[in-house]
Amino acid sequence: MNDNIPDNLKYTESHEWLAERNGLATVGITDHAQTELSDVVYVELPAIGKKLAAKAPAAVVESVKAASDIYAPVSGEVVEVNTALTDQPALVNQSPYEQGWIFKLKVADRDEPGALLDAAAYRAKLG
Amino acid sequence: MASNKSTPLLKTPLAAAHEALGAKMVEFGGWLMPVQYAGILQEHQAVRAAAGLFDISHMGEFIISGPSAEAWLNSVMTNDIRAISPGHGQYTLMLNEAGGVVDDLFIYRLKDQTYLAVVNASEIDQDFDWLHKRLMANVTLENVSEDYAALALQGPKADAILYKVFVKEIRHIRRNQLMTSRFMGESVLITRTGYTGEDGYEFFCPPAVAAGLWERVLAEGVSLGCVPVGLGARDTLRLEACYPLYGHELSPTISPLEAGVGCFVSFDKPERFVGREKLREQKKAGPPRRSVAFEMSAPSAPPRAGYAVHADGRSAGVVTSGGVSPTLGKNIGLALIDSGHASVGVRLEIEIREKRHPALTVKKPFCCNIQK
Repeated sequence: MNDNIPDNLKYTESHEWLAERNGLATVGITDHAQTELSDVVYVELPAIGKKLAAKAPAAVVESVKAASDIYAPVSGEVVEVNTALTDQPALVNQSPYEQGWIFKLKVADRDEPGALLDAAAYRAKLG
Repeated sequence: MASNKSTPLLKTPLAAAHEALGAKMVEFGGWLMPVQYAGILQEHQAVRAAAGLFDISHMGEFIISGPSAEAWLNSVMTNDIRAISPGHGQYTLMLNEAGGVVDDLFIYRLKDQTYLAVVNASEIDQDFDWLHKRLMANVTLENVSEDYAALALQGPKADAILYKVFVKEIRHIRRNQLMTSRFMGESVLITRTGYTGEDGYEFFCPPAVAAGLWERVLAEGVSLGCVPVGLGARDTLRLEACYPLYGHELSPTISPLEAGVGCFVSFDKPERFVGREKLREQKKAGPPRRSVAFEMSAPSAPPRAGYAVHADGRSAGVVTSGGVSPTLGKNIGLALIDSGHASVGVRLEIEIREKRHPALTVKKPFCCNIQK
């Protein structure tokens, strides 16, 4: 597999990525995840202001075949969602790390992002 | 789908071909099958616009023969086998005593006293046992599933590709008819059938020539837009055509009348097929539930099997299949609901993750390009 795994992001075992800056974390799904899901047809975004625990279901990404839960990589409050996905859910496939981001969290515990997988560990996990 | 995780998955003779094409493989009915190659939407559109080739080798095949085969088939299947002559096939169902569906299948009359039944992959053993238990004198039942690989070529260009692949020994056949031809020295049964809502053919051949036939069809079809198609698009195509899928629209607790396939039940034939009495009662009283097609009325997540359906604020049934229609660009589904709501133009609500979304019942099918 030739999955794109940028070095500057953090990853989860459940295939979310997280980019954290000054306590604000942007979350999406990895290139591997979007390839596995294939044609994304709907994204259910979380409500702004929603407080999520780490590993709690946060959003739902639906492909032609099935619905998949997307989990909060760290605990925090939802402060922004990618409304472009409402009309263009395929952005998750086309640009998983940029235009296909799903939501932004105000990180509750600044130590949590550091504990996630780095690119090398995520790559090793995919095998 | 129930499957025994401890037994290894069965592979069709085309498994290596699928992997060479980069297919994503999944478990289906105990088999390792391609769910997609280039992508479900692309494959779906190729079948509607040009042609697609499917591996359906997982389907089961039984040969039924003997002087009493005709009478026996009529006593275990709902349709009237006397309605077809050699060279023709028919859709039919096996029922339990309660009138629920044990399986749906196609039966081809190969010769006067020889029939080929094609059954669902996950139900092969169950169907064989069920039939074997009911066998009568002067009928032979054989499970020949391992002797056949099968391919489906579907779409508006299927006909043109067929003539390129089988240059000689080919003749015109109509929907549900069959012929035999030859490929690499082996006999191939060709039927004009399918599960996509498009014109097309299914090929039943010895496993040894399956990979050769697969490659040949793709090679001859590529210039006409033919692509390999996986189970993902097979499901979206059949949903648009409103073909029932066993385990969804059909099950041991759903009758053919409820599922909308009552036209494949013959109450007039002399034989008392299994389930006839219950079904007759249901026909008289009217089936309590019916399968309807619906479209979501506003943007929402796609409906999925198992979602609750409400009408007039009350529980009315359940979604049996659902998803995005690639052809219509709408969210569509089939639902089994109380008969009182089962007409076209009825407002329903589909419950998706604890929220109710409006839907409207529509005429079946959503798409179909087969000339009857």
